[in-house]
Amino acid sequence: MSGRTITEKIIDGNTDWEKTKKLNGNGRVVNVDLLLTHDVCGPPTSGIFYQEFGRNARVWDPRKVVIIPDHYIFTKDATAARNIQVMRDFAKEQGITNFYDVETPRYRGVCHVALPEAGHVKPGQVIFGTDSHTCTHGALGTVSAGIGNTTGAYILGTGHALMNVPESIKFRLENLLPAYTSAKDVILKIIGEIGTDGADFKAMEFCGPAIERLGIEDRMTICNMAIEAGGNGIIAPDEKTLDYVRLRRSMSRSECSNLKKLIQELQSDPEAKYLKKFVWDASQIEPMAACPHSPGNVKRVRDLDVKLDSVYIGSCTGGKKKDFFDAAMVFYRYGKKASIPLLLVPATCEVVDFIQTEKIGGKTLYNIFEESGADMNSMGQPSCAACLGGPKDTYGRINDEPNHNRASTTNRNFPKRMGSGNVYLVSPFTAAASAIKGKLTDLRDL
Amino acid sequence: MADTIKGIDYALKNNIDTDQMIPADRLTWNPAKPDERLKLGSYAFDGLPDDFKKDHPFITLEERPGIADGTAKARYKVITAGKGFGCGSSREHAANALGAAGVEVVVAKGYARIFFENCVATGELLPATSREDISDKFETGDEVEVDLVNNRVYNLTKKTDYEIEPLGYVKPVVEAGGLFAFARKVGLIGDKPKE
Repeated sequence: MSGRTITEKIIDGNTDWEKTKKLNGNGRVVNVDLLLTHDVCGPPTSGIFYQEFGRNARVWDPRKVVIIPDHYIFTKDATAARNIQVMRDFAKEQGITNFYDVETPRYRGVCHVALPEAGHVKPGQVIFGTDSHTCTHGALGTVSAGIGNTTGAYILGTGHALMNVPESIKFRLENLLPAYTSAKDVILKIIGEIGTDGADFKAMEFCGPAIERLGIEDRMTICNMAIEAGGNGIIAPDEKTLDYVRLRRSMSRSECSNLKKLIQELQSDPEAKYLKKFVWDASQIEPMAACPHSPGNVKRVRDLDVKLDSVYIGSCTGGKKKDFFDAAMVFYRYGKKASIPLLLVPATCEVVDFIQTEKIGGKTLYNIFEESGADMNSMGQPSCAACLGGPKDTYGRINDEPNHNRASTTNRNFPKRMGSGNVYLVSPFTAAASAIKGKLTDLRDL
Repeated sequence: MADTIKGIDYALKNNIDTDQMIPADRLTWNPAKPDERLKLGSYAFDGLPDDFKKDHPFITLEERPGIADGTAKARYKVITAGKGFGCGSSREHAANALGAAGVEVVVAKGYARIFFENCVATGELLPATSREDISDKFETGDEVEVDLVNNRVYNLTKKTDYEIEPLGYVKPVVEAGGLFAFARKVGLIGDKPKE
């Protein structure tokens, strides 16, 4: 059993070999550690579950199902409210305690940031979610992937996924990133190089000194956007992963020492097989932007001359604590105000707390953003908000302004993704610098 | 699974993402409810760019009166496309919308994994893969026949034909009619309870 990638090791460890025989060589039956769903895909997933397994069916293990409403929360849309109620009823019927209900102290916000924050994620797991950005959790050394509602319903009833072991592509980043760039620039650069279908059906393994140096949230940014190249991201767990998990998950001493051992095993073997290997010099990476209307349409920010109408900081990609810290640092350091509307949507309640309490030079991030002239109206309402457009009354949605130009720290700029307009995907550094200048701006040119 | 599927083609190019198949403001509908699945179908491809939609409406003016109650269907049974079909969001609503609108088969050069799996798992439509990129060899309105026995796609209007890839590892699931039917067939789960 030598020469395996991390992805292969994790899937091997979770494979039910006896049941796999029934597939006659067409894939594997794999035990699932966590199933994540939310208010948009949860209702059809639970609906299919009851249709297929019967009205009295029980989920395979209520402790392994996590429901995090986050998509359409702060809207007057009645059908959106109905869907949250469907999830509320489902959680109650099935005894699912990992339900982070709206308008309760348990509410958290964007599922892919909330899931690890709440301590559900730990290295070595197989995680599926009815949301494409479930691949975010590969940042903590897990095999994580988005799936559809039917597959989700099958997992709810059985605890199994029928899957193939994906081939891996290795992305090694030598040296360290320059100070004016961040994780977002790395993943934009990669998607620009390999294309939006460059890793379809594949695992993208990120490694090298530049990756090791990154904190967990920055690693999440990279794995989160792996799906924009068609793949799922994974990063070998290390001491930082262990620290992150230990802080958030109540673990017995033995679980903790087992996890330490596991982390040493969850490294790809030197002789592991890869479909392709890329090696890049991280020190040469520059601020990048994905131009309309594809995450693969990536250019250097310095090569673009684009006047902007707004800047948006938020989502599972760019609305984490580190993302707001990066953006606030730019305003603090340069002492300048935003010259165009700057919309801030923290991903989770934990991010909100961080913004209100974390200080740079004696000022909270909240104060720094307020003084920079940012719109603080959505500061207390963490959710997916306008990242994916949503109902018409969604905060930050671009309604019927096809010529509106926006720089955004989110993950997708497909046609009409944020409602309408032209979206440029950038890092929090570039977002803040661009808000100050009113045009797409490389931090070095501020 | 039918041996051949014959119908009118709706021709698309590369990287058609699932937001374009069904925009996020329609995702409040629950496709597990039959009436809401049909409503999703009435808005299939509503997210395509406006200038494209103007020239190539998926649901035409005559069909539009049925939009509100979900009875609008497209006249297209076949979609041809380039690479990266179904990239982006995992929303199974996209496969549901296309199926509900009357699409039975897509012939594309390549698919994003989740959309591909959703087509197979739901049985809403068949994701066939062309050996070469044939997206510029087809025009909306062409009459097309997909032959799943001989793995060829015929453009009957232009009198040309091209090779499609064998279905491969998903064939047993497609033949069963979807994930649950397949799992029952191979004995992974029990029969559907009668209620």
